[in-house]
Amino acid sequence: MSLRGLPPSEIFERAIGGERRALGRLITLVERDASEAEEIAELAHVKAGNAHVIGITGPPGSGKSTLTGQIVKLLGELGKRAAVLAVDPSSPLTGGAILGDRVRMEDVASPETFIRSMATRGHQGGLSLAVPGVVRLLDAAGYDPVLIETVGVGQVEVDIAGTADTTVVVATPGMGDAVQANKAGLLELADLFVVNKADRPGANDVRRDLDLMLDLSHVSGQDQRTGMRPEIIMTTALSGEGAPETWSAIERHRDAIAENGQLDQRRANRDLDEVRNRLLADVERRIDRMLAGESVGGVSDVLDRVTRRSLAPATAARELALKVSEI
Amino acid sequence: MAEEQIGGQQLRVVLAKLGFDGHDRGIKIVARILRDAGMEVIYLGLRQSYKNVVNAVEQEDADAVGLSMHNASHMTLAPKMVDALAEAGLEVPVIVGGIVPDEDIPPLMEKGVAAILGPGASAEEVATTVRDAVAALQ
Repeated sequence: MSLRGLPPSEIFERAIGGERRALGRLITLVERDASEAEEIAELAHVKAGNAHVIGITGPPGSGKSTLTGQIVKLLGELGKRAAVLAVDPSSPLTGGAILGDRVRMEDVASPETFIRSMATRGHQGGLSLAVPGVVRLLDAAGYDPVLIETVGVGQVEVDIAGTADTTVVVATPGMGDAVQANKAGLLELADLFVVNKADRPGANDVRRDLDLMLDLSHVSGQDQRTGMRPEIIMTTALSGEGAPETWSAIERHRDAIAENGQLDQRRANRDLDEVRNRLLADVERRIDRMLAGESVGGVSDVLDRVTRRSLAPATAARELALKVSEI
Repeated sequence: MAEEQIGGQQLRVVLAKLGFDGHDRGIKIVARILRDAGMEVIYLGLRQSYKNVVNAVEQEDADAVGLSMHNASHMTLAPKMVDALAEAGLEVPVIVGGIVPDEDIPPLMEKGVAAILGPGASAEEVATTVRDAVAALQ
């Protein structure tokens, strides 16, 4: 029977009851921010909050999907009902995307695993805006853990650290030297490092550089933020070597933050971040509408003065900021 | 542009090759064509089973399935794929691309294949065929 025409609450009940097609449809509605999305989010928010949310991030080609696949395989053997959200980039030109991570996971995953591919749909930062809402749905539907695989990231795409309970950063040999490891950004936010392709030359150098970086966090006192030193695990994801060790380290991290109260803190922050991001997106839309000349007087005049060099952009922005709420 | 994507209703298309057909040049080109037409392609690639495709359509809430067939298996595998999706209660069009002799087209269409794209189909034709097949079911 078709899901079309069913009310969101009915689809939600079916998804909670284990109907995967219903869950797939709910995710689409949330991802599109359809008119039903708010009702779905209300239903899910009450039920969610149990799943361990794990972020897997790292540069393109570092083996995130393959590692995720190996972990998911292991979770199947442990009898856990895991979900994977695999995020890939949307084309900035056409909005299209090729989502190719599923293929590395499906064959090894247990039939209980739910895998969903998502495109970033214009959002920078390594995830899509809809990710927290989709994680909430998977959580509400009883999947635990929920693994999020980000797009291949560089140095500053740190969305994942605000979204996950445990952030795993995957590194590989040949990515640069100790200076790269010491720069600010993504590496600071790792709860756990995986050095993948450990069978290749240079893997131990990567481990040493990461260790050195972590030593310096200790010297500067930065590690007081989390109170624990991230572990470094060596893996060869292609053969599955190191996957059990990775999973054990993820569990140790979860136990530790559950113990010291950080887990609750992170989850609270995550919800508040989402409120903030929603507000920002709303304001951004208002700004775009205002600059496109919709329904607020005096805007085009201010913009004209900027292009004629009689008003500085920063001054114009301060003047226009007062009009944002009018639209 | 980016702003339009948020909340946009991109079509989501699962692309796969069933069984032991290893010719994947064509499916890669189609994936690229659909991406450039603004669609989200869930790329399964080679050696897929009916079950894999059904799983993907369910979990990805796909709007259409594209099968690439180059080893004369279309008369057997394509109708079975149509049946497997119907059995799972999934109403999505199945579009076959590849080498399909003209005389095979009517029987395939009769068995529920939504459209067939042969060699020489233009990028525009590929994208339009997918859009039309999806629209026809809605």
